[in-house]
Formats: sequence, C-alpha cells, structure tokens
Amino acid sequence: MQNKNDRLKEQILRSSGVDPRKCMRCGKCSGTCPSYDEMEYHPHQFVYMVENGDIETLMKSQSIYKCLSCFACVDRCPRSVEPAKIIEAVRLAVIRQQNGDRMTTNDIPSKLDPDMPQQALMSALRKYSK
Amino acid sequence: MQRIGVFVCHCGTNIAGTVDVKAVADAIKNEPGVVFSAEYQYMCSQAGQELIKNAVAENRLTGIVVCSCSPRMHEATFRKTAAAAGLNPYMVEIANIREQCSWVHKDMLTGTQKAIILAKAAVAKVNLNTPLTPGESPVTKRALVIGGGIAGIQTALDIADAGFKVDIVEKNPTIGGKMAQLDKTFPTLDCAACILTPKMVDAAQNENIKIYSYSEVTEVGGFVGNFEVTIKRKARYVKEDVCTGCGICTEKCPQKKVPNEFNLGMDNRHAIYIPFAQAVPKVATIDPRYCVKLKTGKCGLCEKVCTAGAIDYNAKDEYVKEKYGAIVVATGYNPISVDKFDEFAYSQSKDVITSLELERLMNAAGPTGGTLLRPSDGEHPHTIVFVQCVGSRCDACAQKGKEYCSKICCMYTAKHAMLIRDKYPDTDVYVFYIDVRTPGKNFDEFYRRAVEEYGVHYIKGMVGKVSPEGKKLKVQGSDLIYGKQLHIDADLVVLAAAIEPDKSARPLATMLTASMDTNDFFTEAHPKLRPVESPTAGVFLSGTCQGPKDIPETVSQAGAAASKVIGLLVKDKLKGNPCVAHSNELMCNGCSTCEKVCPYGAISYVDKEFRMPDRTTKVRRVAVVNEAVCQGCGACTVACMSGAMDLKGFLNKQIMAEVDAICK
Repeated sequence: MQNKNDRLKEQILRSSGVDPRKCMRCGKCSGTCPSYDEMEYHPHQFVYMVENGDIETLMKSQSIYKCLSCFACVDRCPRSVEPAKIIEAVRLAVIRQQNGDRMTTNDIPSKLDPDMPQQALMSALRKYSK
Repeated sequence: MQRIGVFVCHCGTNIAGTVDVKAVADAIKNEPGVVFSAEYQYMCSQAGQELIKNAVAENRLTGIVVCSCSPRMHEATFRKTAAAAGLNPYMVEIANIREQCSWVHKDMLTGTQKAIILAKAAVAKVNLNTPLTPGESPVTKRALVIGGGIAGIQTALDIADAGFKVDIVEKNPTIGGKMAQLDKTFPTLDCAACILTPKMVDAAQNENIKIYSYSEVTEVGGFVGNFEVTIKRKARYVKEDVCTGCGICTEKCPQKKVPNEFNLGMDNRHAIYIPFAQAVPKVATIDPRYCVKLKTGKCGLCEKVCTAGAIDYNAKDEYVKEKYGAIVVATGYNPISVDKFDEFAYSQSKDVITSLELERLMNAAGPTGGTLLRPSDGEHPHTIVFVQCVGSRCDACAQKGKEYCSKICCMYTAKHAMLIRDKYPDTDVYVFYIDVRTPGKNFDEFYRRAVEEYGVHYIKGMVGKVSPEGKKLKVQGSDLIYGKQLHIDADLVVLAAAIEPDKSARPLATMLTASMDTNDFFTEAHPKLRPVESPTAGVFLSGTCQGPKDIPETVSQAGAAASKVIGLLVKDKLKGNPCVAHSNELMCNGCSTCEKVCPYGAISYVDKEFRMPDRTTKVRRVAVVNEAVCQGCGACTVACMSGAMDLKGFLNKQIMAEVDAICK
C-alpha cells in the first residue's frame, strides 16, 4: 500500500512531466527567481522536496503561490528540470484536494440526462475525483 | 577432413563451478572431426599448454578448439601454443564458456548444456578453417603531428628524440596553441610562457622536426605505415626563409584596426603581424582579409620597409605531398561561445569576460600589460564574481551547452582568484560553484589555499542573472548553504566557459576515418587500456582532442602517444591481421555498396579485364580490398548483395556452420 505522499508524488511527476532526478543541485533556479525573498521554500527546494516525496509540507506552504510563473527557472535550468512546472503541478494537486472526492463512478448513472452530453459527466468526474 | 582436439578448461572453479567440464569433454567426443578431447584445471598454464602440444603431436591434430575464457583474454596465448606445436595459429578456435556461459548462468545443468552447444559450434567452424598467413607492409619512418599546441609539440619532441623524423602541421602562423595564451599554470603558478617557449624553440631547432606553420591537412590517403598526406601551406605573403622577424613591417603597416585574435579581440593588431614576441617560427604573416595592398592594390608599405626583401604579394597557397608511417592528432580545444547564455549578459557588457580573456588581461604581454583593468573603462575592478560551469554539465535537452564536465575550470578559477587576491588584496573575489572538482596531485591543497590563505569567497550556488546597471554589474545568485539569494554589485564577471574540440577536428576525423563521439572528441581504441590510440590503425591521439585535459595530463598523454608512434616506426615491416575481407571478382557486380559502408576506406574499385567463355574479353568494375587497411570488421560482407565479399577466418559458410551447430 502506497502512502499518501507517494501517491501525490506520482501524480505530480505525471502531471508536470518533470524528472527531479535530473537535478544537479546547482541552485540556478533559486539564483534566478524574482520572488525568492517572499518564499519559505525556494525553487531548488521544491524540486528536492518532490523528489523526496515531502509533498504535503509543500502543499501547505504559501510559497507555491509566491511563484510568478515567469518561467525564468525553466529557461535557465542547465539540466532541463523545469522547476516552475513542478510548482504548477503542486498547485493543481491542492486545487484537486480542495474539491475533494465529490464524485465517484457510482454517481454517474443517477446523473445521466439525455439533454446533457456524456462528455460533460466524464469531465466532471475527472475534475471532482481524486 | 580435419583432426580436431578439444580442450576444456576448468578455470579453477570459474567454469567448473557451473559447468560440468567432464560432461562437455565427453559429449564433444563424437562430433564430426573430433579425434581427441580432454579437460584440465588451467589450460592457459604451462602444463595446460604442454598438454595441448603433446595431444597435437600424438594425435596428428590439424585443428584445436579450446573451451575457456573470452578470446580477448587468451586467444593469442593458444595461437602461440598452436604455432609452437607446428600448427597454423589460425587453426585455433575458442569457445567462450566462461564470460558467455559459466559467469552468467547459475544452474549446472543448463550451463553444461550451453557449454556443449558452444563447443559444438566452435568444432563446426574449425572443420572449415584454413591456414592463414598475415601479409606484410613496409613502414615509412616519418610521423605527422597535426596541431602545434603543447600536446603536439611534446609528442613531436619525444618522437624526434628517438631519432625519427616528425612534421608538425599548425593552422596558425605560430605553434604554441592555447598554452601560449595562458598567464600562470596551476598548481605551481609558474608562468606558462616560461615553460612553453623553450619547448617551442627546441621544436624549431630540432633537426628531426619540421614545422609547417600556417598550414592545414587537406587530404589523407593510405594506411598504417604508409599514409600519404596533402598539406596546404596557406599563402602568408611573406617568404618564411627570408623574413628575419625584425618586426619593422608590423609597426609601419597603416592598417591598425584588426582584432588581435591572440588577445581574443581585446586589442588590435596590424594587417601584417607576428602573433606574439616568442612566436615560432618568428615570421610575419599578412592577413589578406585586411591588407590594403592585397585588397585594393595600393599601399605596399611593408615591402618598402622590409630590408630583407621577404614580402611577396603574389604568393599562392601551396600543396605539399608527404608520406608518413604514423599520424598523431593533437587538434586541441576552444572555449564555447557564451553569447547564447543571455542571463550572463556577455554580449551586453564588456566587463563580462571569459576565463581565457582574463588570462590575457593578467598576462604581462596582454592588452593591459598585465595590470588587471576593466575592459570597459580601464579602471581597477574591486569586486569580481566568477561563475563556474557555464555551458558544462548541461542536460542534452537544454541544447545550450555540453553534457560533460570541462575538467579544467575549477582549477584555473582557483588560480585566477588566488592571483587576483595576491596582487590586489583590496579586491573581493566571489566564486559561485556547483561542485569544486579537484582530483589531481596537489590540486585540492591548491584550492584550499585559495580559500584559507587568500580569503576567496566560495559560494555553493549558481548565478541566475547578471544585469549591467551604470558602471556596475548586478549579480543575482543563490547561496544554497546560507539559504539566501545574494545580490552582489560586481565590477567584473568572469565566466568559466565550457571547452569544446576545435572545429577542424570533425573534417579531419573524416579524412582519417577516425571515429569521434557525439561531442566531436576523438574516440580511443579502448577507454582504459588503449587511451592514446584511435581505433584506426596508425592514428594516435594527443591532448584535448580526445577529451578535456589539463597541461600535466596533456603532456603525459603526448608522451604516451609518442611512445606508441616510436613502437610503430621502429618496425621495418608491419604484420597485418590475416582476418581481412576478400572479394570474389567473379561474383562482384561493381555496385560500390561495400566501398560506402567501409569505415576504414579499405575498399576501392578497379576496372579489370575478364576472359569470357566465348573467348572474348570484357572489362568489369570490381572491388579490391587493401589488406593492410582492412580491419576485418565485416561490414562489407553483410552489405554485399551478390555475396562476393567474404571475411577470411570468418567466412560466411563458417558462420552458417556455427549457427547450424547451435540450432541442431
């Protein structure tokens, strides 16, 4: 049984497409970040924390909302790790969790409506389930 | 019919631990051709070899199969044994039942089965073996060194010292290479010129060495021991044997606005120039891109002031053909262009420089006479930031830099930082590093001295951005240990640019049919055991053309390459490998496919007259293999559509017999 952080890590790696193992810990992302001083955790730490599966700490931190998505770190990373994409994925994970597990596949039959395209239901399922 | 003896080796427990060697020896007895089989603890030992020799004599064997380790290990040993027993050495086959069987299997039963099958395949092959005799070719006792940097000079000196003639081909007007541009050398801080220029003079004065400066190799033909090379001597518009190097022309020339490449464009030279005071040969060269006389026909001042009468505006490129026994590649390196790293503002500010530019700024013969001054305003810099790994250790997807570590930057940056702190103690020096890599004798001690004795600030982190603001350079970087983002107002920023092989290396590799890696570094024949030889016979590697290296390593590799060349040149005849390709002229349809796939350029086509059944003659185009060049890779045998090409010792029918034996 995987623990929650492992599941979250897998989800973040998949949705961001980032491989944190490529990081060589040079810190250029943090050297380049314009919001560095606003953050509790910094871009190089984002990458490291995700690699170590310490996702929940990151999700609770305000730091992920200090990222401006300017993508300077993505542009300058010598190893193509793309820290901003990881941060985006963590924010997405928070949004998904906030919505909670509001819909399961069992709910679908009761919601079927001939006037509504079934694609909408599938979209909702994707959005509202974990 | 062959009379084959099979010898199964235990290799202690290496083989016998997983393979029932007795069962193998018994099972193989009934194979066609086998008249003798035995097993022994160590077949490669003296006693084991005696056993083989006795068996050959007693059983009148014509072929031998040794079931043992990889042929890479002991094929040569057993071939010698066979020769001593009076057999042709190429009547020996090895069945590799160690690396390909006992070491990779755990189960005795399956291991034994596989060993038997491998032995059967080898027996099937020996049944078709024929005695082979290696061909011989003479050796031209002269070596060519391509590149006249420290690597090329050292290799040439060592070869010349052994009494052989050597030619150095250098594309620039002078030998000396990158080392001539350096100021001091780590870890002893002796001046580069003081240790290099005597070697340059030695090379020039050595009667065994001929220097082709301002020349390039344009064509390479032939093969090991017998290379034929065309050297283009670019027109320098000055007669090399007449010019005295007095330098008057270089002072009087009115065209003064030519970027001086020796100082990396940080100052100007004249259109007629001698690159630096200790240049070898010390001869002027006219740069035709800038010379007014050559461009417009008016001027001719240098001709007027030259008392020796050395100027020749009508000079043309000359081509020299020369024969060599061995070729050494020493084409060296260049720093990469750092323009594409926008964040470091190299193209925006004159005060962002590369480390090689800093070498010139600190060199007494450099544009500032050795005083460290900012290129923009000539003021003393008080805060200097060094950025490490610019373009080194990059991910392939980033497409900006190189994947490898450039190896020399950590040490030269420590040297620069130390020299600056020593000469200008009021200067703050920061070094942003990812890792400090200092393997090498006295290297880490040197780096620690920079930190502990000279107070250089080493910061674990990387610079993210350099922005010119007024007279300052705002440097923003991270300090990963402190956990802070740093903002430094710097006067000078020095980038440790990655190094890459010289651009001339790739076309040269094509001419030499020498292989290269994806970074354009020459590949060695074996990364550990044959580090100075190219896989192409007779081509040797010296210095940074093979990979990033510092001066001590380059010099040792240069010596190693020289000793390999000497080992080749002392031979009067070269024994080839008899396992070479051979074309059956009657079957060859002249399609050229084999010529195209041959990585060594061993195949050519000739028109040959054939007598037809009706007594007429017909001229047909057929493939001919140069056996001295062929390395026996077999690519042509696979590509040949008419089945004309075959590899001696590995004939198609032999390989099919092996496959049949395995599949039976």
